[in-house]
Amino acid sequence: MESESVKTRALKELQTVVVRFAGDSGDGMQTVGERFTESAAIFGNDLATFPDFPAEIRAPRGTVPGVSAFQIQFGSTEILTPGDAPDALVAMNPAALKVHLPDLVDGGMLVVNKAAFTKGSLRMAGYPANPLQDPQISENYEVVEIDLNFLVLEALKDFSLNQKNKLRCKNFFALGFMYWIYSRPLETTIEFIRSKWERPYPELAKANIKVLKAGYYFGETTETARNRYMVTKAEVEAGVYRKVSGNEALVLGLIAGAAKANRDLVYSGYPITPASSILETLAAHKHFGVKTIQAEDEMAAIGIALGASYAGNLGATGTSGPGMCLKGEFIGLATSTELPLIIFNIQRAGPSTGLPTKTEQSDLTQALFGRHSDAPIPVIAANSPCDCFETSIEAVRIALTYSTPVIVLSDLYIASGAEPWKVPDPARIPTIEVPFAQEGEPFQVYRRNPETLARTQAIPGQQGLEHRIGGLEKDPFSNVSYDPANHEHMTRMRSEKIERIADSIPPTKVNGEPYGELLIIGWGGTFGAITAACSSLQAEGFSVSSLHLRHLNPLPGDLGEIMENFDKILVPELNQGQLSLLLRSKFLLDIVSYNKIQGQPFKVRELLRKIQEVLRR
Amino acid sequence: MAPPTLTQEILNKKDFVTPNDVRWCPGCGDYAILNALQRTFPELGIPKENFVVISGIGCSSRFPYYMNTYGFHTIHGRAPTVATGVKLANPDLSVWLVTGDGDGLGIGGNHLLHALRRNINLNILLFNNRTYGLTKGQYSPTSPVGTKTKTTPMGSIDNPLNPILFALGADATFIARTIDTNPKHMIEIFKAAHRHQGISYIEIFQNCVIFNNKTWDSVYGRQSRDDHMLFLEAGKPMVYGKTERRGVAWTGGGMPELLPMNGATPEEKGILIHDPTRTDSIYAAMLAEMQYPDFPVPVGVLRQVVKPAYDTQIQQQLHAAIARNGGKGDLRQLLYGRNTWRV
Repeated sequence: MESESVKTRALKELQTVVVRFAGDSGDGMQTVGERFTESAAIFGNDLATFPDFPAEIRAPRGTVPGVSAFQIQFGSTEILTPGDAPDALVAMNPAALKVHLPDLVDGGMLVVNKAAFTKGSLRMAGYPANPLQDPQISENYEVVEIDLNFLVLEALKDFSLNQKNKLRCKNFFALGFMYWIYSRPLETTIEFIRSKWERPYPELAKANIKVLKAGYYFGETTETARNRYMVTKAEVEAGVYRKVSGNEALVLGLIAGAAKANRDLVYSGYPITPASSILETLAAHKHFGVKTIQAEDEMAAIGIALGASYAGNLGATGTSGPGMCLKGEFIGLATSTELPLIIFNIQRAGPSTGLPTKTEQSDLTQALFGRHSDAPIPVIAANSPCDCFETSIEAVRIALTYSTPVIVLSDLYIASGAEPWKVPDPARIPTIEVPFAQEGEPFQVYRRNPETLARTQAIPGQQGLEHRIGGLEKDPFSNVSYDPANHEHMTRMRSEKIERIADSIPPTKVNGEPYGELLIIGWGGTFGAITAACSSLQAEGFSVSSLHLRHLNPLPGDLGEIMENFDKILVPELNQGQLSLLLRSKFLLDIVSYNKIQGQPFKVRELLRKIQEVLRR
Repeated sequence: MAPPTLTQEILNKKDFVTPNDVRWCPGCGDYAILNALQRTFPELGIPKENFVVISGIGCSSRFPYYMNTYGFHTIHGRAPTVATGVKLANPDLSVWLVTGDGDGLGIGGNHLLHALRRNINLNILLFNNRTYGLTKGQYSPTSPVGTKTKTTPMGSIDNPLNPILFALGADATFIARTIDTNPKHMIEIFKAAHRHQGISYIEIFQNCVIFNNKTWDSVYGRQSRDDHMLFLEAGKPMVYGKTERRGVAWTGGGMPELLPMNGATPEEKGILIHDPTRTDSIYAAMLAEMQYPDFPVPVGVLRQVVKPAYDTQIQQQLHAAIARNGGKGDLRQLLYGRNTWRV
């Protein structure tokens, strides 16, 4: 994003800044990134983050595959993405420099740990010579070389920690320095260090605080950097805010949705990146009555959730693409028995193990069609970390109201990214009223609600409503039936029920004019980049609008009409054109597909370039 | 489960029969098992609506359709997962899982293993007929080496799984074996399984009249049953045999000796007294290793040990977390979390 700077003597005011911390995966880059985020959020900036880490927990030290990075964009204006390119890069070792320097903006600030540029680590990173001695680097960037090792050991010379543990504090020195550069307060981070380490490791807590401050004072006393910046608070709606990641927001929405539906929640999962943190976070929410279980495999995870739904709780499970394949058979059973169930798919780049810590949106067709037989189920997608909250609640609403499994698509970029979130008023979250069958009244398993076509559930323990369900095709009374006409009837009923969900979807919001030259249609985690690109072109007078789909099956009923009001349609996706495929086949329209399959989100400038190219056609 | 109260209606077998036609082959061993379970349920003192019968796929898995209770016919091998979910949602339910040697030990081996390991309070009936009946007679994970079927025309070459040793490997807390030809014994074992808190695992020797007829006849057939089965009773000496009375003597290592009684008392001969409550698995493993034709095949409760049940512990953790929070968290507490700021 363009950042406008107002020159003062020593302090420049910026609207938005992008900072990237990069280092070895053992250097604590995610930790300092998180702290920087928290401090910016509490200061009152709007922000978005992008953690980018390797699949290996500890790849060989100092190597290129072991580099872990965290990027944050923060500002005084609305922030929609973590930013295309960093204005400042902190590189803790040569490998981090090698991976991330190409992204740094011209004239950007480069902070490096000079002490890490030894012969050995240069060789590990594949540098024939020390790049810091390349005059081009100092010409192109504002280079700040700091001997972090020396300064940290000096700062901690009175501490009893051994040298290795002292040096582990150096990420906080770098963080302290960046706080000085961007005139950030230290309190939030000091509090974090205290709450995390004071009790178990008092000496370590003290050391980290000392080093954090030392980094800050180092900036102040040496004025190493030529420039210092400040970013004022963002103008945001009044209210109470907190920071949430996508997976956290999914969890909050799921618990809130279940509570509003008056159902106990059972979540069952099997560890898989990037969905594991859903199970972990829910397991820490037992005091809200949440039952969690780490299942033996992906099939068990969904089976347990389905069993819980069958017995009257709300069952939910989560995974990523490969796990979805394993769950497919059970989704068929849930479809056939028409039981509520929520399935999160936090997508990552594939197929197979693919790039398990990189993002992609390539499981859309799997969610829509990846099952045996005619088994349509609703598919919805979250578009940002905050949006995950409402997406979860919507999933609960659909699952219970229409007695159906629901797939919720998120992706790694949304799941691990974080944003400030305006905490909603719990009283204003709508209740979801779906009663069970009544004891004493006649019960028929597949009697359908005339409006939604949903069946009413009777649950074990209810007197007089004993019945059998299962994967064999049933007649409306749940008797096993091989009658050909009945099978067609039941198949059509199951499809029609899902189609009717469209009647309950609010009108689609269009960003910009409801007619014009070009409509950009997106879904999922590309929301921020598409909206930023579209809005900036609108400001320049281009006839461009965008819309972002929450509901992918069924599609909103007004979508066809909206599309007809534009000359051209562009669908950018982080896959080979899966939504394009769907829209082309449903609406028989010519659609321009724009695809990126690199495990990385769209940059705003990539979209700007593509949109302008399409407009010129 | 509470005993029946005066207001509760007295149930009988008829209450558990569905109007559906039973579609197993005439002469199938499943009929006897169905009959035994329908006779067991009314005697357990549980309201009818609290029974749930869950199955996977296979001949045995049609079971829920014939029990007039809540029932769920799920997918191949995965019934233990659904049953686990049911118990998590409502631990008060009496959940009965019906599976077979293909469903439970083939495609569903992993789920069965983990249900056993978790010690969740379920009753598992594993019908072992050593064949895949519903798919027309392929060999199964318990078929002996050399079994000739359409998929193994030259005889099967993989070693059969011992269902009891399998359960022992998972440290199952209740392991029993019964036979489809002895309704009285089946009912006795089903009742014991119901009383056990935690996982109850019952292997039932069952006859497939079409694809593997008489597979167990060498063990439980009229001619052989007295000499080739050992009925286990807790606290009783292990004596068997009609043609010749024999007793089981075991030193604690290796396989036991089978001693002719020759009119002596078990004490005199040092015959082993059955103790299913032994917590080590060596004793139960020894019993599991007693196989036809070298040994009489033990039937009855092989192992019954006390361990906390998974579903009980889930509830305990839930209550502890709620107590530590000073009551169940509300939505305000949930949404606000720990770190907020005001704009």
